[in-house]
Amino acid sequence: MRTLIGNAGRSLIGAVSYVGWLAQFVVRMLASFPHVFRGMRRTSNQMLDIGVHSLPLIALTSLFTGAVATWQAAYQFENYVPLRFLGGAVGKAIMIELGPVLTSLVVAGRVGASIAAELGTMRVTEQIDALEVMGIDPVGYLVWPRVLAGVIMLPVLVLYANTIAMLGALAVAAWFVDITTQNFMNSFRLFFVSGDLYAGLTKAAIFGLIITLIGCVQGFNTRGGAEGVGRATTSAVVIASVLILVSDYLIATLLFQI
Amino acid sequence: MIAIRALSKSFDGRRVLDGVDLDVERGETMVVIGRSGCGKSVLLKHVVGLLTPDSGEVAINGVTIGSLLRNDLYRLRLRFGFLFQSGALLDSMTVAQNVGLGLGVHAVMMPAEIADRVAERLAWVGLEQHADKFPSQLSGGMRKRASLARAIAMDPEIVLYDEPTTGLDPITAEGINDLLVALRERLHVTAIAVTHDMRSAFKIGDRVAMLHGGRIAFCGTIDEAKTVDNPIVRQFVSGDTSGPLEPL
Repeated sequence: MRTLIGNAGRSLIGAVSYVGWLAQFVVRMLASFPHVFRGMRRTSNQMLDIGVHSLPLIALTSLFTGAVATWQAAYQFENYVPLRFLGGAVGKAIMIELGPVLTSLVVAGRVGASIAAELGTMRVTEQIDALEVMGIDPVGYLVWPRVLAGVIMLPVLVLYANTIAMLGALAVAAWFVDITTQNFMNSFRLFFVSGDLYAGLTKAAIFGLIITLIGCVQGFNTRGGAEGVGRATTSAVVIASVLILVSDYLIATLLFQI
Repeated sequence: MIAIRALSKSFDGRRVLDGVDLDVERGETMVVIGRSGCGKSVLLKHVVGLLTPDSGEVAINGVTIGSLLRNDLYRLRLRFGFLFQSGALLDSMTVAQNVGLGLGVHAVMMPAEIADRVAERLAWVGLEQHADKFPSQLSGGMRKRASLARAIAMDPEIVLYDEPTTGLDPITAEGINDLLVALRERLHVTAIAVTHDMRSAFKIGDRVAMLHGGRIAFCGTIDEAKTVDNPIVRQFVSGDTSGPLEPL
């Protein structure tokens, strides 16, 4: 029992000190804000990496997300809800929840891990120190371009993911469910509210901030050699994924009043 | 020019520096020698403000590093060049981009002038043919030379060399030593070099300081280092296994 309390206490202290470190990092980032305007080329390179290079993976995951959402919804509607509402229900689920959250989790795995590994390697091979001694603020030079690119590109990726997911949904509806394409799309149009789309995109921007910021923080905090880089990479994905799901709930309570 | 006073630093309860006092005069090259892990690199990183001391201070021309705000520290660092032990070249950039990085970010020159400066510094270190290569395509000696070109790209007043010849074969190491001597004469820089390579120390240094037990155990000219009575310095300089320093 004493060991259990001891472990819980250590975990709590670890979590509190991590939040403190994160806050300190964010304050340092804000102080480096003027560097944003000097690094637009680096930002556009990051946008290419985070956005364009994620497109194939996002297309694949979104296609199957839309497909399975339609299949599951049709199964649950059976005998309870007329299938003519299927398009509206699936469309809302994709725009509000599935698109932003699943896309962000995929990007957290691809981009968050890559940022933590890259910056972690730079930390342990003294490349970040080399920037420091050249009088270059590494937070302004390395962190801001990645964070900005994440905040800008995640909504774009989610918009793309929503479109692909709707195509997947439409394909399953047309081929495997007893509903015409026209009925599916009419239902989608009937229940479409632009606010749902904007809410999903707002979530995406916040998730983009979480993924890139946590990737950078874990990368900067890397200690040791290859093992430290591995730990930083894993923890960047785990922490970002947990924060995405927790903040998803918090944002939902703020944006969608019951 | 560089004054280190009562500098102390511990890591995980282990005291690495324990009241280091050292002065480096303008234009001289001070070589800090000592056994592996004795804190030489830690000392060097304090000089440029990469590490914060537990107590004591480092002053450059009377300005205490620890008293500077972050932006003032970055401004002060423009007067420094730093040759890292591993080279620390940014591996996503070519050699030329690495050398011109500081000049480009601080926009101290027009792009054409930066290109000229980069070409000049690469020629000084004999890497003009390798400007477009990435660090992963270079040998250890070439990486050190590229890092040296980057360290001197902005005409620094002070250059810090962290183990400039470690890990290199004797011929390449001697080439690096010759380069450091030539650069001192060309740029008239003040330098601190940390090394445990005595051949390098005697070749590039004006004075030698030995770090032992977290303190400066000896500080004197090259000739004094060669003839000093201090058994620790004598054993280290001669490389004997018998004496107060344990071989392992």
